[in-house]
Amino acid sequence: MTINYIMQQLVNGLALGSIYALLAIGLTMVYGILRLINFAHGDLMMLGAYVSSIFISATILPILFAVVIPTLLMALMGLIVERTAYRPLRGAPEVAMLITSLGVSRLLQNSTVLVLSPQPRAFRLPGDLTQTMNVGGIRFTQLDVLTFLLVIALMVLLTLYINRSKTGMAMRASSENLRAARLIGINVNWAIGAAFVLGSALAGTAGFLWASRYGIIDPFMGFLPGVKAFVAAVIGGIGSIRGAVAGGVILGVAEIGFVGFLPPEFSGYRDAFVFSLLLIVLLVRPNGLFGKSEVERA
Amino acid sequence: MKSFLTRKNVVLLGGIVLLVVLLGVADATLNNYYLRILQLMGIYIVLTASLNLTNGFTGDFSLGHAAFMAIGGYVSALLTMPLAARALQLADLPAWFQEFAMPFPLATVLGGLLAALVALPVGLVVLRLRGHYLAVMTLGLLIVVKSLASNWEPVTRGARGLSGLDSATTLWWAFGWAVVTVFVVWRLVHSPFGRSMIAVRDDSVAAASRGIYVFQIRLIAFIMSAFFGGVGGALLAHQLTAITPPTYSFDLTFLIVIMLVIGGSGSVTGSVIGAIIMTIVPVILRDLERRFELPGVSQIIIAAALIAFMIFRRQGLMGSREMHPSTWFMKKPATPVSVDAPQQ
Repeated sequence: MTINYIMQQLVNGLALGSIYALLAIGLTMVYGILRLINFAHGDLMMLGAYVSSIFISATILPILFAVVIPTLLMALMGLIVERTAYRPLRGAPEVAMLITSLGVSRLLQNSTVLVLSPQPRAFRLPGDLTQTMNVGGIRFTQLDVLTFLLVIALMVLLTLYINRSKTGMAMRASSENLRAARLIGINVNWAIGAAFVLGSALAGTAGFLWASRYGIIDPFMGFLPGVKAFVAAVIGGIGSIRGAVAGGVILGVAEIGFVGFLPPEFSGYRDAFVFSLLLIVLLVRPNGLFGKSEVERA
Repeated sequence: MKSFLTRKNVVLLGGIVLLVVLLGVADATLNNYYLRILQLMGIYIVLTASLNLTNGFTGDFSLGHAAFMAIGGYVSALLTMPLAARALQLADLPAWFQEFAMPFPLATVLGGLLAALVALPVGLVVLRLRGHYLAVMTLGLLIVVKSLASNWEPVTRGARGLSGLDSATTLWWAFGWAVVTVFVVWRLVHSPFGRSMIAVRDDSVAAASRGIYVFQIRLIAFIMSAFFGGVGGALLAHQLTAITPPTYSFDLTFLIVIMLVIGGSGSVTGSVIGAIIMTIVPVILRDLERRFELPGVSQIIIAAALIAFMIFRRQGLMGSREMHPSTWFMKKPATPVSVDAPQQ
């Protein structure tokens, strides 16, 4: 095992981890405010990938469209889902919202099956982006570079927005204490809507990245990455954006490392490994790496 | 000593006799297609009633029921597989394993017991978590069990699965187990133990301060639920006569959860009603789906119905009420045992 091989795995892990991070940000924002595990989040990524695939095949348009349009459309979709499915459940028990999000997830998957087809389809990027570059023996594509840059840029923008803007302040306040935020006159529904819009937009971007990384899309592709991204958010400490990013990167690197450094017969257990990692983190540090403690009260 | 012939027991006996008669008629008259649907119904009653122990009564929302089903299914399949199929499929296993085929009823129980045995260490660890984390972790358990089933080639044959099982799950076995499950769950829920479960669900801190061993209660409920989950998995394996990893998928867990939610988690009779409805409705919908060539529509309708239920009737059809046939014909209904349950 050479240093090159290790670096190579690290690059691959970072690429996967950045996508997890993008998804985990949306999940962590929503969970922070509503205590809702949005199982439908991964399916928004799937929809984003499908929208993106339309613009990929239309060669006249610049590739930028394949990133921007799904991002915007999924932002809208996130808002629609929130308003129709989750908003009527304000104040309902957590489990009711959890079950609803499972229902929404199913609804999105099977609507895609109905409208398009259950068959997977290819997602082929134009040549330049997938060309392999070789720097000091480590291979990566322009896509990997694009992924890093995109994720970092989005993260900086989002952090600025949440820390500086009025809506961001409302979101932080709602996340800290929903009832108190409402009492002091914050429009909580606006803040929740904003969390969904921002999170879903990132899921749309992630759809493009995921599809171009794996080259194939199908209606059920989103569920497992969505759940894994939640795992990432929990590892980083749920409710914290920095934690979501760190958790995503850690999970991505760990997952690729698990496949890359262990004998090949273990690679079938990579999903099992992810959940074992979650279990260990939850038992050792129940609030994740960056989380605040939450005490059960009467 | 109280007379055995109380109103309750008479109604219970009458109900069982009626069920036996109905099943006998169904067994004699219906064709295979409908019989299979009825068998499935019995299996789903086992699964839903047992999932109710954790998700409904103890308030531990588990998404891992299919994991225990898979354990029960694989264990029973390995035990009952006929010798001919055994030599073909399990050649890698030790010789003594090639030379016996256990009777189906015993294998079902053993499948359930092994699922319960697995639930013990898993529960010890996982039940430290509550709420969402528990839901995600039990979902993780399902994924772990599935990767094991897909990758442990010598025993589970990976993606090819185990096939050639006897078609042993008759209507009688399916409904026999359904009756046993419902009976056990009913007695458990209406016992001091059951009261503790409900207390843990409603307010675990208050329950602990009243001297209830919260963790112990949750663990026992989890294990009991896993046992019947394993039994249900064994029944399903022997209905399909083959078992592959995708059988015990997240879809299956999700279906059982829907049954429970629609019937009313927190009600034993509600879970039975939910199982019955959600066995029949998908069959009808799938039929329509095929006729009009609209793939996915049945799932869309079910998912939409689930969301509508969550918005408009969160407690499910029955809420936490029970159907008491023994009180139906009384002039003055006896006050049903009711426990203040939160609006679920």
